[in-house]
Amino acid sequence: MAERTISWEPRNENEIIGTDVERVDGLEKASGHAKYSTDVNPKGTLHVRLLTCPHAHARIASLDVETAKKVDGVKSVHVFPGREPGLEIHFQGHPIVAVAAETIGQAAEGVSAIEIEYEVLEHLVDEFDLAGAVKTGRAKPLRITEEGSIGQAFAEADAVVSGFYGIPSITHMCLEPHGSHCQWPGDSELLVHLSTQNVSGTPGQFAQPLGVDAANVTVNCEYIGGGFGSKFSADEWGVACAAISKETGRPVRLHLDRATELQIAGGRPSGFANVTIAADENGKITAWDSHHWGTSGPDGGTISQVPYVIVAPNRRVQVTGIVTNTGPARAWRAPNHPQACALTDTAIDDLAAELEMDPLDVFKANLDLTWNPEIYAGEIDVGAELMDWKNLWQPRGKWEEGGELHGLGMAIHTWGGRAGPGNCTVRVNRDGTVETFAGTQDLGTGTKTVIAMTLAETFGVPLSKVKVNIGSSKYPACGGSGGSTTVGGVSGPHRRAALNALWQIFDLVAEKHNVEADSLKAVGGKIVSGDETVCTWDEAARLVGPMGLEIQGKGPEDDGLTDQQVGGVQMVHAAVDPETGVVRIVKYVAVQDMGLIINPVGARSQILGSMIMCIAYALSEERIYDEVTGRFINSNLKDYKLPRIGDIGELVVELYQPDSEYQRGVVGLGEPPVISGGAAISNAVANALGVRVPVLPLTPKHVLDAARNA
Amino acid sequence: MSKKQVVTATINGREETFLCEPRQTLLEVLRDVLRMTGTKEGCSNGNCGACTVMLNGRPVDSCLVLAVECENAELETVEGLAAGDQLTPVQNAFLEGAALQCGVCTPGFLVSATALLRENPEPTEHDVRWYLAGNLCRCTGYDKIVRAVLDAAERRRNAETV
Ligand code: FES
Ligand code: FES
Repeated sequence: MAERTISWEPRNENEIIGTDVERVDGLEKASGHAKYSTDVNPKGTLHVRLLTCPHAHARIASLDVETAKKVDGVKSVHVFPGREPGLEIHFQGHPIVAVAAETIGQAAEGVSAIEIEYEVLEHLVDEFDLAGAVKTGRAKPLRITEEGSIGQAFAEADAVVSGFYGIPSITHMCLEPHGSHCQWPGDSELLVHLSTQNVSGTPGQFAQPLGVDAANVTVNCEYIGGGFGSKFSADEWGVACAAISKETGRPVRLHLDRATELQIAGGRPSGFANVTIAADENGKITAWDSHHWGTSGPDGGTISQVPYVIVAPNRRVQVTGIVTNTGPARAWRAPNHPQACALTDTAIDDLAAELEMDPLDVFKANLDLTWNPEIYAGEIDVGAELMDWKNLWQPRGKWEEGGELHGLGMAIHTWGGRAGPGNCTVRVNRDGTVETFAGTQDLGTGTKTVIAMTLAETFGVPLSKVKVNIGSSKYPACGGSGGSTTVGGVSGPHRRAALNALWQIFDLVAEKHNVEADSLKAVGGKIVSGDETVCTWDEAARLVGPMGLEIQGKGPEDDGLTDQQVGGVQMVHAAVDPETGVVRIVKYVAVQDMGLIINPVGARSQILGSMIMCIAYALSEERIYDEVTGRFINSNLKDYKLPRIGDIGELVVELYQPDSEYQRGVVGLGEPPVISGGAAISNAVANALGVRVPVLPLTPKHVLDAARNA
Repeated sequence: MSKKQVVTATINGREETFLCEPRQTLLEVLRDVLRMTGTKEGCSNGNCGACTVMLNGRPVDSCLVLAVECENAELETVEGLAAGDQLTPVQNAFLEGAALQCGVCTPGFLVSATALLRENPEPTEHDVRWYLAGNLCRCTGYDKIVRAVLDAAERRRNAETV
């Protein structure tokens, strides 16, 4: 007898959950018919280009936009609020004026016609330059936290290692830039097609500055071309787009050009650290002492979570934020974690080298210093097997093959991934089709597919009977898609709503067919009682009456559908060409837990994508500012080096899902696999080369410099 | 501003005549004049491949081609790959192989991969990686894309032999 408690099906009773399901929006995307905000372009749409500040630090001396207004085709010249002589600007790319015209070319001409002068001020763009920051008063006060007694622990240790490590700023680089298309269907009614991770949360951000009611603002985003944490807000250029549309009475499209996108619409803070770490002769870590600095741009924030996952009992952590004239940071996938991992797990690897131990054994010896030794122990064993670690691993600088130096490296990570807030309305129609409405969004992660699978599984119907409506702020509100909160945030409410709907349908079926409602199950398009088929799903659905049956779901709830906190282990086999300093990824293994896995193919896809993002920031990706001019000199896709399809090597993904994982419910996955790859790659290269390349990315120059200085 | 020009080209098998400014790129005309938004813009300077279309049978970055150069040209965009609901083997392989996430790079990859397979129906993995190096995927589906293209090559061969 099925009890009426909210839960997932026992693992072996699922028909759809846990199987590989093709994404439900794939056809639109693969045929070119999916409409992103950049594609919304009804007749009459005006196009916008921005005048942005070319200097890292300056004051507006004068601004005259009158000539721009006279340029052919220009319909509006919108000066951003507060952009007037005297205003101090703190980073290159700061928007000053938006020009809207019939064509993008005319808008660009309008921008060129603006007369603006700046008083250029002194800048600091070198994020590594702690001494310079201190000297010029740009260092924030030192913050110190301490636990236990490091003095005594260092004195008693068998091995003490000091090192320097660093990870520079990178940007989000969404392939679809930030921006929107705005129009006013009514006098005070605004319709925004926004490229956003936050459909439900952004209407108010438009309403307030524009002086309209949030109820009169609709934000739509059915498809989005990447966000990675950078697209939660309306942004002042979004509000400008709406304001220009209101002023001109025309639809307006405003998306950032690529250079501006890189300069102002993304950014992950940097971190540099001096670390001293100590252990006993068995590799058991006893003490940690670090000073790290870095920046999130003009506000001088820095990273947290150091030391990472393996937390020494005796420790001192000193932090200095520095104020730089670089683009402001946004939440980059797994905020703080990739940096903290790259500063911690590298030091642990150097400690292992000092002890002449296999780092895998050192990590294992310290799992009691993590939040969950069992998960990591299990995952390390699986990863080691897939990498053939114990057969391949050699001490540093000992493995040469085919003119290349080879090495192995590993690192571990963690993330919360608790379900975010979510609401939905699930409707069972009389013809047996099922619909849902939810103000969430699918970043390409497969959210829509996960919702469809949850409903199809619960009602025992094929996916073709389920229609998922998301991507509008007029649907029941859901949280923004960030922090790996979405999969739990949508699957929980949908499972709850669907179960409640199903139980009502069971009651109707029971009454009509004279069976025990509690004995019923919905599987394979039928309602069954034990081995007996009572009726088809379509017959059951007909009982709901002409209005259909509508049920609301919400979350998160503590009913066991979702959980939080995952581990994860990554291992890398890298090869270095000693002549050129080029690093090649030979093989890269990721082992990841995430509780109950709804769509394995989607999960694997997320992990593979993350691994390549790790290869990017470990080997080539970096935001480079010129110290003399203060300009972001690689703010284009030729010089902002991302891996291409030939640069990635063999990738192996293992979804770690013993029954204990399935039973704890759904946990988010977006962030965790993008965390430890940087450290693992750095460790593999140190193992190959025999020395640490201290700062990512491991470009040929950094590699050769490190080899030469050894 | 120079006068607009009339250009006639065949796009996805249909003759189209459009007006454009001499400075407008093919990408701009496709998206903003003809409202064919399947072809995407990632950088507008030839560095991402999101705007790839076929021009007289060869893949090009449409952001680097002036629309006026397309007089009498034969153009093929992502919208023209499938015959109605009938997806091509490349499109099917991308869907089944989960070779797309956000999907903004996908049209460019599909057109490039189609061009590859027409030129070289039996590519090696190395050929695929070499040929698609101009297409950028941030999300990033590279691993699955390579597999999907190899799978598509096999599907095409099988379809031919059946
Ligand atoms: S938009 Fe043409 S190559 Fe990027
Ligand atoms: S799928 Fe998003 S850029 Fe490739």
